[in-house]
Amino acid sequence: MPGSGNNGTTFDNEYMLKHFILILGISLAAKAYGQDVKMVNFDAVQKLMERNTDTTYVINFWATWCNPCVHELPNFDRIDSIYKGKEIKIYLISIDFPKEMNSKLAPFVKKNHVKSTVWLLNDPDYNSWIDKVDTSWDGSIPATLIINNKLKMRKFNAKELGLDELNNMVSPFVTKN
Amino acid sequence: MENKTKKFIALAAFPVLALLIMTSAKAPSTGYKAGDKARDFNLKNIDGSMVSMSSYAPATKGVILIFTCNHCPVAKAYQDRIIALNNKYQPLGYPVVAINSNDVSAVPDDSYENMQKRAKEKGFNFPYLYDESQVIAKTYGAMKTPHVYVLQKDGNAFTVKYIGAIDDNMEDASAAKHKYVETAVNELLAGKTVSQNYTKAIGCGIKWKTASAN
Repeated sequence: MPGSGNNGTTFDNEYMLKHFILILGISLAAKAYGQDVKMVNFDAVQKLMERNTDTTYVINFWATWCNPCVHELPNFDRIDSIYKGKEIKIYLISIDFPKEMNSKLAPFVKKNHVKSTVWLLNDPDYNSWIDKVDTSWDGSIPATLIINNKLKMRKFNAKELGLDELNNMVSPFVTKN
Repeated sequence: MENKTKKFIALAAFPVLALLIMTSAKAPSTGYKAGDKARDFNLKNIDGSMVSMSSYAPATKGVILIFTCNHCPVAKAYQDRIIALNNKYQPLGYPVVAINSNDVSAVPDDSYENMQKRAKEKGFNFPYLYDESQVIAKTYGAMKTPHVYVLQKDGNAFTVKYIGAIDDNMEDASAAKHKYVETAVNELLAGKTVSQNYTKAIGCGIKWKTASAN
């Protein structure tokens, strides 16, 4: 039983030290483990785009080899923090080379502590699905789609987004909730 | 018109004009479509000579014009395929002409000297031209690398017949199912219309020079 007193109480120094090390160990392991990047084909992205729930989906297309993409990427985790508690889900869809999943993408995600869900989109016939995201999209990345079918709202922009720009795109979706 | 009204219009014009000027410094959203006449150019090749399509001897039937560069991993993944396209189609009158339009201050890897190095390393057997002013990329509406324009020669003019990707698999050439550029050129050589004259593809955005320091 916790308590002050000195007859073999559980909250003595040894107890504290052991549990501190355990908790520290678990936190470090969890941090080092990070997320497991999933490889998907376009069907998975299509499913997100077709969801009809309270959730607003922010779907960003990027690649580690695309400098403007890498530059804007932290803004998505920032948006996630800003709208904590709101019904918003962010998916960072990478079109990195599938063979570089383990050599480039996974290490990048780990090193940069990317919190939002990262998927590697392995669907090389881009021409077959670019229009499904948005017919105005010429295929250049970065590109961001924000969609909420329940609210019948969608917004698409194929450019690098600053934090304010991204926030301005997202906020109309969230304030309607 | 009343003086006050004149003054108001003059004042209101400023922000509108400023907005127009600011937004026009971005990448082009226009450019050629299939069927358009494409302008010629006179750009510096890696061997120091100036190259234009009308004076490029191998271009007897047309040109496979490819906006590409050194640094982009997608462009790099297509290098061998670009060489192969030239090997196959230059003898048939459709040589490859490659153009680098990237802003060298943004991407030092894409400098003229580095273009020369890359061409030598890879044994490029086609012109690799430096579009320093970026005017050619802007006129054509090229947005990324690689971005292909198949042009058919029409007397002294060149008509756009296909715009888009080289094929449908950037990572694995052997797994490509649709070889868009080959199909288009084959159709042109056979006197047919191009069945698919436009495709969308992903590549590295062309690095545009900024009008002013941002």
